[in-house]
Amino acid sequence: MLRIRRWVRITPAGAVVDGVPVRLEPTEDPLPVALYRPRVGGYPKFFKMDPLCRVGFLASELLLDGETSRFEPREDRAVVLFTQSGSFASDSHYERTIADAADYYPSPAVFVYTLANILTGEIAIRNKYYGETSCYLLDREDVETMVETVRETFLDGATHSVLGGWVDSPDSANFEAELFLVEESEEGAEWAADELRRIMKDK
Amino acid sequence: MESALEHELIVREGDNIVSPLGLDTTSTLRAVVAGESALRRYEGLWELPEPFVASLLDFGAIDRALAARYGEGRLADYTEFERMSILSAASALEESGIDPASPRTHFFLSTTKGNVALLESDNRYRREVLPDWSARRIAAFFGNPNPATVVSNACTSGLCAQIAAMRALRSGRCDHAVVIGADRQSRFIVSGFQSFKALSPEPCRPFDRRRTGLNLGEAAATIVYTRRRREEVSDGEWVACRGAIRNDANHISGPSRTGEGCYRALQAILRDIDPAELAVVNVHGTATLYNDEMESIALDRAGLSSVPVNGLKGYFGHTMGAAGVLESILTMHAVEAGLVPGTRGYAECGVSRALNLSSQPARTTRRLFVKMLSGFGGCNAAMLFKRGGGLC
Repeated sequence: MLRIRRWVRITPAGAVVDGVPVRLEPTEDPLPVALYRPRVGGYPKFFKMDPLCRVGFLASELLLDGETSRFEPREDRAVVLFTQSGSFASDSHYERTIADAADYYPSPAVFVYTLANILTGEIAIRNKYYGETSCYLLDREDVETMVETVRETFLDGATHSVLGGWVDSPDSANFEAELFLVEESEEGAEWAADELRRIMKDK
Repeated sequence: MESALEHELIVREGDNIVSPLGLDTTSTLRAVVAGESALRRYEGLWELPEPFVASLLDFGAIDRALAARYGEGRLADYTEFERMSILSAASALEESGIDPASPRTHFFLSTTKGNVALLESDNRYRREVLPDWSARRIAAFFGNPNPATVVSNACTSGLCAQIAAMRALRSGRCDHAVVIGADRQSRFIVSGFQSFKALSPEPCRPFDRRRTGLNLGEAAATIVYTRRRREEVSDGEWVACRGAIRNDANHISGPSRTGEGCYRALQAILRDIDPAELAVVNVHGTATLYNDEMESIALDRAGLSSVPVNGLKGYFGHTMGAAGVLESILTMHAVEAGLVPGTRGYAECGVSRALNLSSQPARTTRRLFVKMLSGFGGCNAAMLFKRGGGLC
């Protein structure tokens, strides 16, 4: 049976791993940066990322923290993310750079983040995942489709593990990541809509 | 998970291409076979400071076709992106004969930027600018009660959406899947590709020594799939056999130098397939320096250097979210007609690995082909299509 091996939630209220809040020293930094410094560090690409990628990347870091053989290249883990706002924060940022003919400065560094699936690539690059990466846009309430889509990802015979879940960040002040490590296992809560809804509601 | 339906195949039941070369698959294919291209030079369009070459739709023709079908004004509240998608889906659904309103039918929408042009007049967060909103509106237009899934995997979306549909059918979640691929070009997208220095100032030259970049295009394409028992699949019908998605784990905006993800996706679908059975490998072939070089390496590594290869961007540009659906459909119909279209714009090999590539069409009697795509985010996708009821 597919089960949730570990889960992480990050919202402006804080970060939670398997239901246990992550303790942070008081800081002036916004939450993503306050999490990055003690829990990740030494990965300057983080500061180039847009709000969606920052929160999703951090959630993936907390999810994988302590995993044995963490950075060994592998093809058997897929990254499958769901979002509703997608790349809106970067879309809106990019639109501001081209809106005014007198102040026209389109930037490739902003434009590249106007694709929601860049986050899946950021996670694959960091962890050397050569497996499937997929990004779907849907309504947050549509938990059934999320559950079924992750389940169906295992129809690819090479996929034995999915790092997946919900990530949304319409702007840098509003963000939410609920990521799960889903695998065939004897332990953990079942990968099912009711379970997911319970975890995602409890914030 | 249980793959209970191994005696069933995923069969093409209907399709449509709305492109600047024609509003249906037949006329688009006819133009491609005749060597026509919809690529034109635009100067000052959308008040862009630099000119560009692109393949753009005539929305007058689209709206006339919609008015003929549904009456004047019926689609007044829908955006251009939604209208082109609806026109394409309507034609494909008609051919398929399936019931789009059935709870056993699911809609999949492949797009990279959907309604992003709406930000030009109002750059604020609202549901209309989010692609899942368009997907639900399009599905609702056809009376479909299910949530529609938007696949957003950059330029590989059109294959990824077909792979998602195959899985939903295979798992028994639905009996029919409507896969729509569409993107509307805009100031937003063109300026972004210009900022990347990715656009060619002339019609693109895939795999050619003198290639300088890609041309953007707009199109909507739809393929309808049904699952059916193997013995009920006739000899000429197209089956979506296998699909795989793999990442380069290398860079968010540049392809891997070893073609890693692309090679791995090809390996995953080819396994026991003899390359001599393949009519063609229809590649991404954007005509950027890096993409085409990367694909040549991946094809070589996968042992496909002698298989006929073609790229279609010289006819209608890079249609982004539509590309995977459009180019799969077009290749199905071409191979069915015994043809492998030539690679328009190609003259002299400009990649490091030898490929079996030509600007001229060739004949074929083979019954299998491969479609591949790569995109930002390091994603790569490949699918194997096959005619008839044989095992997949």
